[in-house]
Amino acid sequence: MKASVIVFPGSNCDRDVAVSLEAAMGNKPAMVWHRDSQVPDSDLIVLPGGFSYGDYLRSGAMAAHSPIMRDVIKKAKAGTPVLGICNGFHLLTESGLLPGVLMRNASLKFVCKDVLLNVERNDTDFARGYAKHQVIRIPIAHHDGNYFADEETLDRLEGENRIAFRYCDTSGALTETANPNGSRRSIAGIYNESGTVLGLMPHPERLADAALGGTDGKPMFDTLIEALH
Amino acid sequence: MKARIKITLKNGVLDPQGKAIANALGALGFDGIGDVRQGKYVEIELDETDRATAEKTVERMCEQLLANMVIENYSYELEGA
Repeated sequence: MKASVIVFPGSNCDRDVAVSLEAAMGNKPAMVWHRDSQVPDSDLIVLPGGFSYGDYLRSGAMAAHSPIMRDVIKKAKAGTPVLGICNGFHLLTESGLLPGVLMRNASLKFVCKDVLLNVERNDTDFARGYAKHQVIRIPIAHHDGNYFADEETLDRLEGENRIAFRYCDTSGALTETANPNGSRRSIAGIYNESGTVLGLMPHPERLADAALGGTDGKPMFDTLIEALH
Repeated sequence: MKARIKITLKNGVLDPQGKAIANALGALGFDGIGDVRQGKYVEIELDETDRATAEKTVERMCEQLLANMVIENYSYELEGA
């Protein structure tokens, strides 16, 4: 099993996610610099959280055009699974691999806390370790996580069963108070058409070890590695 | 020549920053403030001397990088052409 973590200037969750991957895989992922033009042969590519290029212009806008992203886009389109967490989700929307955009939080505040997520589907390699509609606890830490797309795109995402996770309360209900950033239809993460590209704002790698205070993020890495092995 | 580019949110896209600006202006005592929308302004010096070519270039810049066409519109003026 080979995984690659793409590192941009300003990435700050690259090593965290590498630790989670290594715990699941037993070997270290390749850390790939944004200036490289080729992702090494990989079963999984991870776009980590952080503040690539200082969030200049728009979060993820610059990084989406870095040399490595051309190859990431090519490989994602050819079927290589790609996981984009937080700033990685920005990159996936800015590069056109996922629809919509992540706008400034409705509160205008940077929100850093644990949130509850409703697992909308569990038939992908990312979510097989969860039950459908299981409520899981995962941290968020972002200023720009307010998912926006036009109504037609939102309807299409729902119609094609492409919502991965939604913000919810303890009972799994999608209430306004449980939505930390104003995201349309409480969307926290979405898939591409084939379910092989996942972008999400919450950070599963930040609760993937009991020492971190929780393990709700761990099944994502475990089932991914199991499926891709 | 110089391109002066304005990037604004499309109609219908909520602008919480614009709303916060409106509230702050109200708090400062400015009355009669309706909707406030904020955006970005970019100036770019271009070596290009042909206006038509410059227009095409600026439009490609806006669509590929400067604006996110999902939520933003752009407009521009060319100066010195």
